[in-house]
Amino acid sequence: MLTATEKKEIDHEISLVPFKKASVIEALKIVQQHRGWISDESVEAIAAYLEISPAEVDSVATFYNLIFRQPVGRHVILICDSISCYVMGYRPLRKALEEKLQLRMGETSPDERFTLLPNVCLGCCDRAPAIMIDKDLYTDVEPAMLDDIFKKYT
Amino acid sequence: MPTIYIDNKPFDVKAGKNLLEACLSLGLDLPYFCWHPAMGSIGACRQCAIKVFKDEEDTRGRIVMSCMEGVKDGMRISVEDAAAKAFRSQVVEWLMTNHPHDCPVCDEGGSCHLQDITVMTGHNYRRYEFKKRTYPNQYLGPLINHEMNRCIQCYRCVRYYRDYAGGKDLNVFAAHNHVYFGREKDGVLQSPFSGNLVEVCPTGVFTDKTLKEHYTRKWDLTNAPTVCQHCSLGCNTISGERYGKLRNVVNRYNSEVNGYFLCDKGRFGYEFVNSENRITQPLIRNRTVEAAGHDAVMQHVRTLVSGHTLIGIGSPRASLESNFALMELVGKENFYQGITDDLVYIEQKIVDILQSGTIHTPSLKEIEQADAVLVLGEDIWNTAPVMALAVRQSVMKTAATHSTEQVPLPAWHDNAVKELVQEDKGFLANITLLPSPLDEISTATMKAAPDDIARLGFAIAHLLNPSLPEVPNASEALISHASNISKALQQAKHPVIITGTSCWSNALIRAAFDIAAALDMNEKKAGLAFVMQECNSMGLAMMRASSFDRVVANVRNAANVTAIILENDLYRYIPAAEVDAFFSKCKNIIVLDTLHNRTTEKAHVLIPAATFAEGDGTFVNNEARAQRSSQVFMPANKEIKESFKWLSDIKSSRTITANGHDKHPDDLMLALESKLPQFAGVSRVAPPHDYRVHGARIPRESHRYSGRTAMLANLSVSEPQPLQDDDSSLSYTMEGYRGMPPSPLIPFFWSPGWNSCQSVNKYQQETGGSLKGGDPGVRLFEQTTAAPVFSKDIPDAFAPRPGKWMLLPQYHLFGSGELSIYTKGIASLSPEPYISLSKRDAETSRLNNGDPVSVKTNGKTYAFPLSINESLPDGIMLLPAGLTGLEAQDWGAWVNISTVIV
Amino acid sequence: MERPLTRNIHPNRPALTLKEYEMTGGYAALRKVCSGMSPAAVQKLVADSNLKGRGGAGFNTGIKWSFVPMGDNAPHPKYLICNADEMEPGTFKDRLLLEGNPHQLLEGMILAAYAIQAEVSYVFLRWAYHKAAEIIRRSIQEAYDAGYLGKDILGSGFHLDMHLHTGVGRYMCGEETALLNALEGKRATPRAKPPFPQISGLFGKPTIVNNVETLCCISHIVNNGADWFKGLSYSEDSGTKLYGVSGKVKRPGTWELPMGITMRELIEEHAGGMKNGVELRGVLPGGASTDFLTTQHLDIKLDYKSVAAAGSRLGTGTMIVMDSDTCPVGFVHNLQHFFAQESCGFCTPCREGLPWVEKILWSLEQGEGKQEDLELLDMHTQLLGPGNTFCALAPGAMEPLQSALKYFRDDFEKHIHHKKCPYD
Repeated sequence: MLTATEKKEIDHEISLVPFKKASVIEALKIVQQHRGWISDESVEAIAAYLEISPAEVDSVATFYNLIFRQPVGRHVILICDSISCYVMGYRPLRKALEEKLQLRMGETSPDERFTLLPNVCLGCCDRAPAIMIDKDLYTDVEPAMLDDIFKKYT
Repeated sequence: MPTIYIDNKPFDVKAGKNLLEACLSLGLDLPYFCWHPAMGSIGACRQCAIKVFKDEEDTRGRIVMSCMEGVKDGMRISVEDAAAKAFRSQVVEWLMTNHPHDCPVCDEGGSCHLQDITVMTGHNYRRYEFKKRTYPNQYLGPLINHEMNRCIQCYRCVRYYRDYAGGKDLNVFAAHNHVYFGREKDGVLQSPFSGNLVEVCPTGVFTDKTLKEHYTRKWDLTNAPTVCQHCSLGCNTISGERYGKLRNVVNRYNSEVNGYFLCDKGRFGYEFVNSENRITQPLIRNRTVEAAGHDAVMQHVRTLVSGHTLIGIGSPRASLESNFALMELVGKENFYQGITDDLVYIEQKIVDILQSGTIHTPSLKEIEQADAVLVLGEDIWNTAPVMALAVRQSVMKTAATHSTEQVPLPAWHDNAVKELVQEDKGFLANITLLPSPLDEISTATMKAAPDDIARLGFAIAHLLNPSLPEVPNASEALISHASNISKALQQAKHPVIITGTSCWSNALIRAAFDIAAALDMNEKKAGLAFVMQECNSMGLAMMRASSFDRVVANVRNAANVTAIILENDLYRYIPAAEVDAFFSKCKNIIVLDTLHNRTTEKAHVLIPAATFAEGDGTFVNNEARAQRSSQVFMPANKEIKESFKWLSDIKSSRTITANGHDKHPDDLMLALESKLPQFAGVSRVAPPHDYRVHGARIPRESHRYSGRTAMLANLSVSEPQPLQDDDSSLSYTMEGYRGMPPSPLIPFFWSPGWNSCQSVNKYQQETGGSLKGGDPGVRLFEQTTAAPVFSKDIPDAFAPRPGKWMLLPQYHLFGSGELSIYTKGIASLSPEPYISLSKRDAETSRLNNGDPVSVKTNGKTYAFPLSINESLPDGIMLLPAGLTGLEAQDWGAWVNISTVIV
Repeated sequence: MERPLTRNIHPNRPALTLKEYEMTGGYAALRKVCSGMSPAAVQKLVADSNLKGRGGAGFNTGIKWSFVPMGDNAPHPKYLICNADEMEPGTFKDRLLLEGNPHQLLEGMILAAYAIQAEVSYVFLRWAYHKAAEIIRRSIQEAYDAGYLGKDILGSGFHLDMHLHTGVGRYMCGEETALLNALEGKRATPRAKPPFPQISGLFGKPTIVNNVETLCCISHIVNNGADWFKGLSYSEDSGTKLYGVSGKVKRPGTWELPMGITMRELIEEHAGGMKNGVELRGVLPGGASTDFLTTQHLDIKLDYKSVAAAGSRLGTGTMIVMDSDTCPVGFVHNLQHFFAQESCGFCTPCREGLPWVEKILWSLEQGEGKQEDLELLDMHTQLLGPGNTFCALAPGAMEPLQSALKYFRDDFEKHIHHKKCPYD
């Protein structure tokens, strides 16, 4: 079931497009915004609300990188693995992240604090390497900076 | 006609086609995967690469996908170009990088499009040395098997299932080389057209689960062209046998009828042929040893026949040959249809209309090409599924035509057309008693009782032709619906009206006719299509025999009656009390049938009839197209044979003058033509039994058929003589004519290099066009310029009666069929019996969903759980039609809920 | 040296508000157009200015607009879409424009929409640009409030609505037809062209998709004229260009410079040259999907034609520098990993070919490569070409690979012969 807030936000998106189902990506973003990820139940709820099938919703949901179809931690750490960051120290940074968090790529910490994910270019190649935690961008990141950065996220 | 140069040779090709279609139509072997003649091009697989050259001087050219380029006059292309060939071979190498190479254990092996193309492109040795990607498979229900690892991501499945057939629960998931085709989670595929995935999929991802139960390679099957037995549309099928078992049914292309697709009932509903419930021996009841041989039973039957009043009861599911043989045996005046007076009356009305020739009745292909469709009352999704699929195509194609008139795009440019069309739909008014999956593509829907639907029809007819009577006391809603629909029909160039017998309402038939005729008077080319109930309902109705009610009346005072019941479980069509009353008047009851049922229980003499797969027979479909279904395999024993052969034997034993010639379908059809002129042309449905090509028969078996000398070695080491088929020019061997047989005699599709069903391209005049030599079947009625006779009677509006409900049938694609239910998978998808009332009626009676409700009808009481149907008009009670064990009902009668047990 | 696009953008200062933008002369171009310039005149002006699409393809913007059906019988609504997806690895130029001077973009969009008489416009923004999203959202509201968006803009009778759409991550969304599918709420697979979006685009209606930087030029062209715009450039391609440099240079960053400065000037002067201890080995001049240029190309002009003549593409004009400490095989592996992951999975060569290429490169890096692997890589660079695949993703992926195989073949061979990566 979608919450009243979710429905209201989705209704706004529906009002901008010629037919309901065109707002499916927005609906997925809205629900993920509220719930952190998209469960099978969320897929079904969105499908019902937009009057399309769950398969149709999931076909779209699973296409995009940043719709999470599995639960994630309270904070999602995205490390840019694209070319400028690669040149500028992505590999040692990734190693440091994995060691400090005791996580491999794609995993969530047992206390559900962090999920670590590789990601394509974050668009700050002149300040590489970069990571993004939730909506916060960190650039020119060196392994030594990580502990301080993590403190902000509980 | 444009000329194109292929490898420097000029060819005339059809304008508006793409280069792949052009090449295939010319008979060239150009490999492809994602393109499908019924679905067009998307350019995904990149398999059909060719070179296009700017002009004669251009020697480099550029690679293009032939499916994505239209033909242009004077254009120069090369199929044989080395770079194009190398690329095509490379595409297969790419596709095969992750393919499991499990052909020996894959059901598709030997009939696999991927195998064909792999060989065709010359890709032999793999260079990919890394781990293969693997996927989990899904449970997709009892009919379809899923093996995702074999997938080559051609997108055909999802395009067919979702775009073409309107299914919702199969899709593509994820991205890059992880794309996955399946459901969002395990579960039964919801579309009743899911079986076509088996043929649409170019490899073994989607395979026939019923075949898996008794698997046989395509090359080991003995095949014959057959006609589907499960509804009145007469879809063309190919049925395959080995070791005396029917193994599978696949589509047999007929551009006018089913095209490329079947419904799941038609594809999977064949298991009754192999059923344990088959009648395999003649039985003479009430003897110490009931089983009797041929001669003994004939001897006994002779005593029952001579000196008795013979009554023959025909069957809407028996062949024309068998019905006619029965008529010949008992005499025209003693031959009855085994259906109720109400149904005979409605069907007679339909035959009258068709025979008058006033209105054209469209083929399924013509329905696909209609630009506006009105469905009046008939639940075609459940009673004529492939017609529903055709209606869907009409809706989609009309929208596409409308859009591409604004922005010119070729029709084959599938995704581009869809992106342009978006959600637009062509006109469909689906006016039915109950909601249907067709509603969501309908412009107009109305849920109403049959009489109200008929009134809407008459109101439309009146608007189209004001000289027709106005509908009295019409509601505003009715008039507004009628006005919208009549406008849309009037704007169309080729409108089609569809109705049928499943509402048991002759007013609907009349109303549909009036609309079509009124449109025709406005110089439209309107079509009027009727749906009947069984595979030969039309054939039987055209014989114009009397109803079962008449026979009951006629035998009331007769003595010494011997009734011969032909392949008809009367209890399915006629209320039990009436059948019992009839049987009580019969001294002798002879029943010919294939499966034991309530009627065969009553037989004094029970005679085993051949199923469609074991015999030849002609069936007349809903458009009065007579089609031949050929014998696939010899029955298990000599006593099982086509009913017409038994009937002819009985006739011979009775009449000294009988020459036994009427054992051949050919002779029977010639006799039928001379006796009943409405069947003129029926003898041309297939070449005669002595037809030969260069002295050779058409083999039912492929030249790769294996084990002929060994398969019966456990019984005898010497190879048995091939079976002889005296009734048709098909042979039971691998030898014979290997070229293109006449279209009614195509036992299977195969062409050198094309082992998969894609070989059908080679049998067509052009891809997606008619079969070479014309599509099979003979339409028995043609349009004339006869003036229409309009109706005068308009029924009153339906009014609920306090404490009473009008009893009407609800049809279930899976469940309402007598024979298809023998397929385990179909039985598992059939609903349990229920009684449905409208929401308000249930509330008034203080009933909830699931409450046991009992209803008394025809002197019998039935108790079933209540299923509240929110869309049902008040005052109507529904029972599921034709479920096994449910007797025939007095549809249209007013019944009351006699007791309520809470 | 004029820097019209970035003149009012100062690092570390918040984005210009509508008021501030107006004080720098903002929305004057819109006023000018609304007070009597016809859509056709705007189209012609932009075509005359020879403004070429800054997203990478380099097609004349005004001519692109001219394919849109005009007049009362044209299908509607028509759409104008700003492609701010900027997902090309190594590309970060549009961010500067989005975060620094949003109304410059909005004004450009309104002008472009006017030129094609679009009724609805979208900013399709890369998901990661959270800050830009807030700025654009706020700026759109400001523009509505000021009457620059909505009904009857400045009394001209022209209506335009504008919405922000943020992506959910897929490189494909940067391809204009895939972007349309994403906006329609579908999987972002590309569409066949023809029909071009100008004819059948978003929701099947005529649609123009332009890059952020392209649209930011429009108001300046309207204000100052086509000749002025041409005069900004050092080459036959008009205007200024946002060039960027990333990699091991002393001062990575973005600069607005006259179109056609040399690569040497860009890298050595603006980016400060290579960091101490490393040398320049190669440059991808316009993002991840362009061919390597090397030290021999340092003096070529960075315009569409000159870069093409040197065997590469100007692309987005944001270059990635490969230094002497970075293994070219590893570098290219990283790129192919990206492209393989970002393939939409629609057509065979891209979906199946790129992962194969990636795996071969990985095995080379692991010291498990064989001589035949180079033949397979060469085969892929030849067969994943334009026309063989459905869209330009895989051909783009092959550009750095085939040029690496050309310029750095020794490095590939060393991996095979030494059975390890020589840079480890």
